[in-house]
Amino acid sequence: MAGYLVRRVALAIGVLWAAFTVSFVVLYLLPGDPVATMASGGLDGEPMSPAALDALRARYGLDQPLIVQYGTRLWDALHGNFGASIQNGQDVGAAIREALPPTIQISLAGLAFAIVFGGAVALVATYTSVRWLRQLLMALPSLAVSLPVFWVGLMLVQLFSFQLGLLPSVGAKGPESLVLPAVTLGLPTGALVAQVLAKSLSDVLDEPYVVTARAKGVGRVAIHLRHALRNAALPALTVFGYVVGNLLAGSVVVETVFTRPGLGRLTVAAVGIQDIPVVQGIVVFAAAVFVAVNLLVDLIYPVLDPRIATGAVV
Amino acid sequence: MSEHASKSSAQSVAEPLLRVEGLDVSYRTTGGSLSAVRGASLTVAPGEVVAIVGESGSGKTTLAQAVIGLLPANGSVDGGSIRLARQQGPAEELAGLSEKAFRSIRGRRIGLIPQDPTVSLNPVQKIGAQVAEALRVHGLADRRRAPIDAVELLARAGLPEPQVRAGQYPHELSGGMRQRVLIAIAIAASPRLLIADEPTSALDATVQRRILDHIEHLTRESGTSVLLITHDLGVAADRADRILVMSGGRIVEDGPVAAILGSPSDPYTQTLIASAPGLRPPCADTRAPAPVSAHGPLVEVRNLVKDFPLPRVNGSRGVLRAVDEVSFTIHRGETLALVGESGSGKSTTARLVLRLADPTAGQVLFDGTDITTAKGSAWRALRRRAQLVYQNPYASLDPKFSVEEVVTEPLRAFQVGSAAEQRRRAADLVEKVALPVSVLARRPVELSGGQRQRVAIARALALSPDLVVCDEPVSALDVSVQSQVLDLLGELQAEAGLAYLFISHDLAVVRRVAHRVGVMRDGRLLELRPTEELFDAPGEDYTRELLAAIAGRRHSAQTLEAGTS
Repeated sequence: MAGYLVRRVALAIGVLWAAFTVSFVVLYLLPGDPVATMASGGLDGEPMSPAALDALRARYGLDQPLIVQYGTRLWDALHGNFGASIQNGQDVGAAIREALPPTIQISLAGLAFAIVFGGAVALVATYTSVRWLRQLLMALPSLAVSLPVFWVGLMLVQLFSFQLGLLPSVGAKGPESLVLPAVTLGLPTGALVAQVLAKSLSDVLDEPYVVTARAKGVGRVAIHLRHALRNAALPALTVFGYVVGNLLAGSVVVETVFTRPGLGRLTVAAVGIQDIPVVQGIVVFAAAVFVAVNLLVDLIYPVLDPRIATGAVV
Repeated sequence: MSEHASKSSAQSVAEPLLRVEGLDVSYRTTGGSLSAVRGASLTVAPGEVVAIVGESGSGKTTLAQAVIGLLPANGSVDGGSIRLARQQGPAEELAGLSEKAFRSIRGRRIGLIPQDPTVSLNPVQKIGAQVAEALRVHGLADRRRAPIDAVELLARAGLPEPQVRAGQYPHELSGGMRQRVLIAIAIAASPRLLIADEPTSALDATVQRRILDHIEHLTRESGTSVLLITHDLGVAADRADRILVMSGGRIVEDGPVAAILGSPSDPYTQTLIASAPGLRPPCADTRAPAPVSAHGPLVEVRNLVKDFPLPRVNGSRGVLRAVDEVSFTIHRGETLALVGESGSGKSTTARLVLRLADPTAGQVLFDGTDITTAKGSAWRALRRRAQLVYQNPYASLDPKFSVEEVVTEPLRAFQVGSAAEQRRRAADLVEKVALPVSVLARRPVELSGGQRQRVAIARALALSPDLVVCDEPVSALDVSVQSQVLDLLGELQAEAGLAYLFISHDLAVVRRVAHRVGVMRDGRLLELRPTEELFDAPGEDYTRELLAAIAGRRHSAQTLEAGTS
């Protein structure tokens, strides 16, 4: 177990390093640099002199050779310092910390919606003996997965805010402002959960041990919840890391559509002007979340599946 | 005992526990409706053991599923009645009963012992909880009482250390132990009828015997009726009071065991009896005459050892000795059988002889040449002379190939002959294994299990090898098909002087085909002797145990006793 953990942590560090390096390379391959973007007058309307530009470049180290820039940034990052935003000079760590709470709110709400909605669809689809309902519920998730997030958001706003006037369309005030973003964010994710869970539930329900349970006289609901769901949850758990990644990616669109502050908005703004320290900080942070969630999934597995705990299944 | 028996038979005239009349069951498939059971009628008296015997597809399992209301979703009862006697009052009609109403019958009034114990227990739930659930759903024990009663039931099912087992998960138990757990579940609510669907087919012979003994003990003791579903006429003959034979969805024969085996009226039953290896008199074998060894042995194995590393435990790495100092020879034209239970090392030995695995120590000589470390072209040359027929013909043929491609693949691999010559050779080969030439254009999925195994044999013969290793070549086949395939192997041997290394867990099959038999256990070759000698006077206790476990033996012994007294 200890050896396993060491290997996993080493792997996690590797993933984080790769995320840092790839984001660095991509950002530098993009044409232009943040200083040039600012100089084009995008910020305060007045073009800067070439001399001022050079001074700025020197200040952010952009005049150094690429490899030196990479080394310096990596060294700083290892000490938890991702530098300061080129746009406004704010410390990257502080900027992320500040943007995080609203994103965590909608992500958790979206996740809750995804699990409840996806789980319910999967359970009903595999439980019902009404053929058309089963087929409809089995088809629904693949439709929902393919809907664009921004379009779903706009449709929900149109319906619930403008026509029915039930929920606010923008902003982050009060719990009611959380509903539409969370649903928008959770819908495609929930559809994914429904797809995976329904598939594995219907597989599990064909297993001989389900026949054993039925032969005992156990009712269908109890079989579904007590025997099938726990076995079917194992494959569904595997996609959990992917689900969390989905939510982070979705927050970029959702926060823009609903004009909410958060990590997504910060990302959009930073990418727009090639604010390299901020973008890199966010990429590494997202990678860290991803790695942590997957590690957590691996640690939960043995709790749910006793066969892994005792090493019976390799 | 006899008093009890006469009492129960008197009852059976008056009121059977189960009465099935004119039952029709069909499955909805994409190609329309498929009739699985046609007009089946049967009765089971209280305390009676009735066996339904038939080959795969005969409808025996479907019939049992209909009785306990566990037909697959696309199956339906189209007609007839299934009446189950109540403790008091008139019998109850089960055909057409709602799912909810069936719930109070399953487990409580009809128990089920399923087919494959290795997959029939919930892998993420503890043993004790799974047994306790059978009590809880019928309100026979409360939350506190159920776990205690569950341990008691496990003990009754013959599970050692039931208290410890109750706290374990299914994967921590052996197949035989898991079957005992399933028996505990089946008897938990004391049903008056037990359905045992091939309860031991997935288990080793000695375990099979102990489990069947225990089921018999439990049911006789409590006067429980048993509906035993089996493909094995030997098991039915040993265990049942009455045998029903099913074929093509119909019950073709119904009568007491002695009558069915002694004077079967239906031609299908006659075939079944003739091909049941355990029931067959030992003189009727398919062996070619024992070989005359003018040359040296074809294969010589000396002190073969194979170790497998085990997962690291507390830093130290153990090894599993799968094959332990095994030595034997095989002559041209001879069949040497290796028998043993799962894990005895017989298949590993076969792989070592073929050099599909590398031995840890020891030597393999093929036709006088040491091939223990043969590599490259020498290793490839061995492939031409030693071939393999696998256990499962459903998995060992590439489904994307036509039969012709399957059979000619070895020829193409060794570039033997032109394409036209290869085609001719393929036609010769399928003819040799008694298949029509038309199968060459077909794909394996279009063939039955027996036909596929013939194709696998044809492929093995393509390069005219000297040695064919047959790893459980008939275990996946129905008995009547088994018999045909064994006959074919015998004919091919007589014709071409082939040597067989025959791996099997089934002593009854081995007796028909082998000249010499080696008994393996825990990687060691316990004894290796001419077949008749081994069967008549086994030298080891373990061999005696294996022989005693052959299904059908008990019946033969009984009839023998009856004949002499």
